[in-house]
Amino acid sequence: MSIPTTNKQAVEIGKANKRKYMLEKLSSRIFLICALLSVITLLLIIGFVFYKGAHPFVAGGYSFIDFIFGTDWVPSEDKFGIFPMIVASIFATIGALIIGVPIGLFTAIFLAEIASKRLAKIISPAIQLLAGIPSVLYGVFGLAIIIPFLQNTFGLVKGQSLLAVILVLAIMMLPTIVTVAETAIRAVPQTYREGSYALGVSQIGTIFKVIVPAAKSGIMTAIVLGLGRAIGETMAVILVAGNSLIVPTSLTDSVRPLTTNIALEMGYAFGTHQEMLFATGIVLFSFILILNFVLAKISAKGGN
Amino acid sequence: MRQFKDNLFRGLLWLSAFLSVAVLVMIVGFIFYKGIGLISFDFIFGDYSPAGGGGIWPMIVTTIYTVLISLIIATPIGILAAVYLQEYAKQGRLVRLIRFATESLTGIPSIIYGLFGAVFFVTTLKLGMSILAASLTLTIIVLPVIIRTTEEALKTVPRSYREGSLALGTTKLQTLYKVILPSSMPGILSGIILSVGRIVGESAAIFLTAGTVAAMPDSILSSARTLTVHSYLVTQEAGDIELAAAVGIVLIVIILAINLSATYISKKFNRATNK
Repeated sequence: MSIPTTNKQAVEIGKANKRKYMLEKLSSRIFLICALLSVITLLLIIGFVFYKGAHPFVAGGYSFIDFIFGTDWVPSEDKFGIFPMIVASIFATIGALIIGVPIGLFTAIFLAEIASKRLAKIISPAIQLLAGIPSVLYGVFGLAIIIPFLQNTFGLVKGQSLLAVILVLAIMMLPTIVTVAETAIRAVPQTYREGSYALGVSQIGTIFKVIVPAAKSGIMTAIVLGLGRAIGETMAVILVAGNSLIVPTSLTDSVRPLTTNIALEMGYAFGTHQEMLFATGIVLFSFILILNFVLAKISAKGGN
Repeated sequence: MRQFKDNLFRGLLWLSAFLSVAVLVMIVGFIFYKGIGLISFDFIFGDYSPAGGGGIWPMIVTTIYTVLISLIIATPIGILAAVYLQEYAKQGRLVRLIRFATESLTGIPSIIYGLFGAVFFVTTLKLGMSILAASLTLTIIVLPVIIRTTEEALKTVPRSYREGSLALGTTKLQTLYKVILPSSMPGILSGIILSVGRIVGESAAIFLTAGTVAAMPDSILSSARTLTVHSYLVTQEAGDIELAAAVGIVLIVIILAINLSATYISKKFNRATNK
């Protein structure tokens, strides 16, 4: 081989290497941009929703206090008060938690600790599958089964009520809570159980005094995830809530939670009315942030 | 006394488990019982007719469109973002910020995504109520899912693979697409399949961004309704529980297929890595 060719080869290799380095640099930039997209979208979401929602209070002269504590929502008369919806959302969420959490948690304990392996192997995957069922179908079920049931049992004219919302949300939370809590309970080391049995504690005593406390953080995650599904649920709730604009005073009152208000009116709202729906979204958003914060605090305390 | 308490709690555990299973069996049983009468070849592949008695093919097509478009956008972005977080980034403030943003996105309820989609994609970007606007909104919803599952999959690739490859003189990029990505592919795939489930099951965000037009979409810029929105609307507007349940059967079968294939892939994956 003559020298010039080798030189040429060297130049070629050098060029190829240069291209490689360029490509390396370029690709790591592209990866960074992709990763930053989630930050950008989060900022965009917060920015747009808050900008739209804050507009009537900043520029339109509407009072935020009247918005939160006002009990009249009559867009055609320029009255925007979402107090009944806030109350409905809070009651519905708490109600669903009161019913869904103990049943879900107990089911998880049953599957992880009491049920035979064979039984658990059939039930657990089935429940996992149910976590994936579109929530609309829970609403259809609620409308067709739960509402007639409530009408018959309580002699209601209209079955759409706070209680119906609570039941549908509680059922909807179940698969999520069971699946996540079961995994957490199964992750508790076998030695904990053995140690507790060795001290003469019964199986039930061991479950409630040793295993559940040990799985606390996982159980908390289960509750938060179930709660997230319940609070944000919209379409299933519309079907069973009745959507009346009153502050609920009993479980059988027809209600309109925050999410439903947005979905029901977004289709035809414009101007201030539309902006007020974004403001409703901000309230919902803050509501979720506060709840997550409170639950995180509770679980941190429990951990200590 | 202790005996009594033990028995009481044991009874409660059995009762709760029974209740959970009974309610969930009832829901699936109800959907199938009510809807199975309507299921036929014409129902699934027939065109919709507003007079009633038509099929749901337009809604199935719309659902497929939303799944495909959102995944085409979300999958590459999600995988590359996860690659950045796992393989390239130095742990520090920036990574913490990105992780925080991704986690926060997971916690936002879909109606808020719907609001955002309605103001940003539909109005500001002038896409109108359309399949495209809904798909872009869904892209944001599933992005965190894909990032998280891909990150988990990348974590399972042994360090020795990377070191072995780099020691052969490959560049980082070559190692990435010849070694790391292929060996984490099953994990990434099952993440993508789970996102399909999320998209198919979504309703509120699509309701606000794609609208409710019940017809075969001309293009991705037409307004259309997906299966879930259809199921909701026939219940809400017409009170047609049977039709809603029949659509429900189609949805449940899709979800079942999605779950089974995700389980199958991850099982295969576990067997491969345990070797």
